[in-house]
Amino acid sequence: MLWETIRLALQAITRNALRSFLTVLGVVIGVAAVIAMVTVGQGSSEQVRASVASLGTNVLMVRPGKQMMGPGARESAPAFSLHDATALADLPAVQAVAPIVTTGQTAVFGNANVATSVTGTTADYLTVSNWTVLRGRAFAPGEEAAGAAVCILGESLRRALFGAADPTGAVIRLKTVSCQVIGLLQAKGAGAMGQDQDDFILMPIRAVQRRLLGMQDVSTLSVALAPGVSTARGIRDVEALLRERRRIGPGQEDNFSVLDMAQIASMLSSVNAVLTGLLSSVAAVSLLVGGIGIMNIMLVSVTERTREIGIRLAVGASAAQVMTQFLVEAVVLSVIGGVLGIALGLGLAFLAAQIMVIPFSPSLGVVALAFLFSGFVGVIFGFFPARRAARLDPIEALRYQ
Amino acid sequence: MAAAQPDAQPPAQPDGPPLIELRGITRVYGTGEAEVRAVDGVDLTIRQGEFVAIMGPSGSGKSTAMNIIGCLDRPSSGQYLFNGVEVAGLSRDQRAVLRREYLGFVFQGFNLLSRTSALENVELPLIYKGLGRAERAAQARAALDKVGLGGREGHDPSQLSGGQQQRVAIARALVGNPMLILADEPTGNLDTQRSHEIMDLLTRLNRDEGITIVMVTHEEGMAAFARRLVVFVDGRLARDEPVAPRGQGG
Ligand SMILES: Nc1ncnc2c1ncn2[C@@H]1O[C@H](COP(=O)(O)OP(=O)(O)OP(=O)(O)O)[C@@H](O)[C@H]1O
Ligand SMILES: [Mg+2]
Repeated sequence: MLWETIRLALQAITRNALRSFLTVLGVVIGVAAVIAMVTVGQGSSEQVRASVASLGTNVLMVRPGKQMMGPGARESAPAFSLHDATALADLPAVQAVAPIVTTGQTAVFGNANVATSVTGTTADYLTVSNWTVLRGRAFAPGEEAAGAAVCILGESLRRALFGAADPTGAVIRLKTVSCQVIGLLQAKGAGAMGQDQDDFILMPIRAVQRRLLGMQDVSTLSVALAPGVSTARGIRDVEALLRERRRIGPGQEDNFSVLDMAQIASMLSSVNAVLTGLLSSVAAVSLLVGGIGIMNIMLVSVTERTREIGIRLAVGASAAQVMTQFLVEAVVLSVIGGVLGIALGLGLAFLAAQIMVIPFSPSLGVVALAFLFSGFVGVIFGFFPARRAARLDPIEALRYQ
Repeated sequence: MAAAQPDAQPPAQPDGPPLIELRGITRVYGTGEAEVRAVDGVDLTIRQGEFVAIMGPSGSGKSTAMNIIGCLDRPSSGQYLFNGVEVAGLSRDQRAVLRREYLGFVFQGFNLLSRTSALENVELPLIYKGLGRAERAAQARAALDKVGLGGREGHDPSQLSGGQQQRVAIARALVGNPMLILADEPTGNLDTQRSHEIMDLLTRLNRDEGITIVMVTHEEGMAAFARRLVVFVDGRLARDEPVAPRGQGG
C-alpha cells in the first residue's frame, strides 16, 4: 500500500516536472551546501592532522619576539645565532636542533626561471621536519661547515625546473650563486593552510647567510625533543637556556617565543571547525527556506487539486488515505531534492578538494543525515497542507471550480 | 417523444428489502435570516433493484438529497437508514467505507481525474479498497468492457468524447460491485443520442445486475427509462409514481 502511494506521488510529481523541480530547488541547494561544507571541512581537518603529523609532534618552534604571529612580532628582539643552536643541541632534553633562515629567490636552470623559497639549515632539519631524501644525499658535515653551494630540491620545484629529468648533479643558479643539486626530497603535498610544502630549496645555512643574505642571523630554531621528554619539560629547559644566553634578568619578559606543534595543530583545527560550523548553519537556513518552498507549493497543489480530492473522497478514500497521499508526495518531493542535493554537494566538494589540494573525504554519516533530514523537511512542511487536504468537505471539494 | 428502442422488459416492480429509508429528512443551510431548507421533511423508501428518477425545478433540493443518500452529507434532522444501518451515527471515515463498499457515483460533470488514463480512473475506488495491482487492473478492464470501452483503457479523459467520458465514470461507479448507483444529471452534458446510450447502459445494469439506481434528471425523456418517478418541489416530495413502460407512449 505504501509503495502504491509512493508510485502515485511520483506520478503526481512527474505530471508537473518543471514545477516540481523548481519546488525542490531550495532543498537541493540547501542539502548541497551542507554536504559540500561539511565534506570540505572534514577534508581540510584531515589535511591539518596529516601535515601536523608530518611535522613531527615532539618539535618546538623557537623564534625571536614575543608572539609567533601577528604584526610587529619580532621587530626589536635580537635574532638567534648558530651558537644558540649548538648550545641548545647540547641540552639533554634535546635530540636535534635545526637553525633556519629563509629567503625568497628565483631559481634558474637553462631557460627555466622559477620563484621559490630557499631554506638555509643543517642536515638535522631533515630529521626534525620529517623529510626523506628520495634521491642523492643530504649535506655532508664539511659542506655545512664551509657553507658550500650545494642544494637539495623539493619535488614541486624540481618538476618546475627540470620536468621529467633527473636533477642530481646539475647546477642551478640563485642570484649570482651557482649551486650544485645533490639531492631530491620526497613529496609531502599540501600543508595545513593548503600551501605547497614541496616548493622550496634546502641549502647549508652558512651558504644562505653568507652568499645570499650577507648576514649571520638565524630566524627560527626548530628543536626536536629527545624521546621520552615531555613537551612541558622541553619548553622549560629551552626557555631557561635561552634566557641565560640572551641575558634576560629575573622578572623580565622573554624576548623570544617557544611554540609546540600540538598547539599549532589544535589552533588550526579549531579555526577550521568554527568556519565549518558557521558555513554549515548558513546552509541549514537555506534548507529551512527550501522546506517552506515545498510547503507553499503543496498548499497551492491542494487548492488546485481540490476537485481531485473531492473525487477521491467520493469514491471512498478515508481522510487518512488522502492525508497520507499528500504527505508522501511532500516527502518524496523533498527526498528527491535531498538526493539531488547530496549528489551536487559531493560533486562540489570533490571539485573544491581538487582545487584546494586537500583530501576528498565524504562521510557516510553526513550523507545519511542529509537524506533523513530532507525526508524530515518533507514531513514537517507537508503535514499542514496534507491535513488541509484531508479535512476538505467532499461536497464542497466536488463543487470547487 | 418517439423512443427508438422499445425493449421488451420484465415489468415486475422489484419488491426486495428496503435499501434506502428516509424518514423526515431535513437539510438546512445557513442560520437565521439566511436559513435555507434545501430538503424539508422528506420520507422516501427505495427498495433493492429499483430504478428511480428524481425530477424537480432547479434549487428544489435534488442534489442535496442525493448527497445525503450518498452519505457525502448528513441531514440536519431526520433518520436515514442505508441497508438497515443508521447513517447519522457513522463517523466521517465510516461513511467513506460505506461509499467505497456499497455506492457508486456518476456526476453531471463526469469528474474524472485529468491526465489519468481511463483504466486508472476506473481503478481509483479499488485502490482505497486495498486491492492488489493486477486484480485492480483486471476488474477495471472488465468494467470498461461492460460500458463498451474495451480497448480505450490507456486514453486520457481529454482524448475521449463526452459520452465516452461519462461511460468511464459509470465504469468507475460500478467497478466495486455496488448495491446502489447514484447519478446526478448523468446526461446533462450530452446530446440525445449519447444520452440514450448512457440510459441504456444504466437500464442494463439495473435489469441484468440488479443494481439499484437513483438518478436526477431534468429531461422527461431520460426519466422515462426509470420505473419510478419522484418529483421534488421546494425541498419536499411533490409526486411519487411508477413510470409507464416506454414504447407505450409517455
Ligand atoms: N452549500 C450550500 N450552502 C448554502 N445553500 C446551499 C448549498 N448547497 C445548496 N444550497 C441551497 O439549497 C437549495 C437546494 O440546492 P440543490 O443543489 O439541492 O438543488 P437542485 O435541486 O439540485 O438544483 P439543480 O437542479 O439546479 O441542480 C438551493 O436553494 C441552494 O441554493
Ligand atoms: Mg443539482
